[in-house]
Amino acid sequence: MSLHVAMIAEVTEAELVRAAKAGDLTAFEELATRHERQIYSLAYRILQNPHDAEDVTQQAFLSAVENLARFREESSFATWLYRIATFAALKVIRKRKGLDTVSLEEATEPREDYDSIPHPEYIADWKQSPEQLVERNETQRLLDDALAKLDEKHRLVFVLRDVEGLSVTETAEALGLTESNVKMRLLRARLQLREELTRTLGDPATRIVRGHHHH
Amino acid sequence: MTMKCEELLKMLNEYVDGTVDPAICEEFEKHMAGCNPCQVVVDNIRKTITLYRNGQPCAMPISFREKLHQSVREKWRQLHPTAEK
Repeated sequence: MSLHVAMIAEVTEAELVRAAKAGDLTAFEELATRHERQIYSLAYRILQNPHDAEDVTQQAFLSAVENLARFREESSFATWLYRIATFAALKVIRKRKGLDTVSLEEATEPREDYDSIPHPEYIADWKQSPEQLVERNETQRLLDDALAKLDEKHRLVFVLRDVEGLSVTETAEALGLTESNVKMRLLRARLQLREELTRTLGDPATRIVRGHHHH
Repeated sequence: MTMKCEELLKMLNEYVDGTVDPAICEEFEKHMAGCNPCQVVVDNIRKTITLYRNGQPCAMPISFREKLHQSVREKWRQLHPTAEK
């Protein structure tokens, strides 16, 4: 079975998977074309380095080629691929830390708790809606810069949960963290990103300066 | 006793993700109704998450795309030696 190249952009993902499983390289390359940028972005956002992002993207697709017969189609191909790529990216992170199989839970560092959550400082309405903002070229740059400023442990949780849309449970499993730790890191990440973005996107005229008194 | 801003902050994830206990949700909303800073913070957070969810993928170098497809084809041919070229 071989798919005609001219028509291939209209073929559904499930059909491409079936054709690829039957040995059709063109079908697999189309799957790669459809998902490569997303996979590269995932790797880049986790690793913050283009060289590592390329390595991980390549590993993910080669691993998909090798394991395609074992893909049971219980999830979408994209979800399966994301899982492979996330796993590969986290392996790079562990390697960087000199850990092999140890989880990313850091036992030695001071425990973060809810009492030490930083208070929001710059509080203001945004000048534009998210719909208007996504249209602007500089928005993506702003988002990527703000993400890069997060501590790695906070960034990983945010990328998996809020950018990639994994559940808290899935994020905890992927990172080898407890769910309560995921929630804590997610809260910190969200608050820090809110702070960063609002400093640029907030309307100074609506800024609320809070006193020391909290009610 | 009404909820304080600090307490609201701790529940923020659950509130924004819609997984908060209904009884707490009611208190949360009662607090927000009388606290403009918290209203704005919650709104900012929701928009922050929306922006990241709908963000564009990073630009992938074209030279890497070629390299990637080349390595996929090589791997494919190793595994399917009889397949069409």
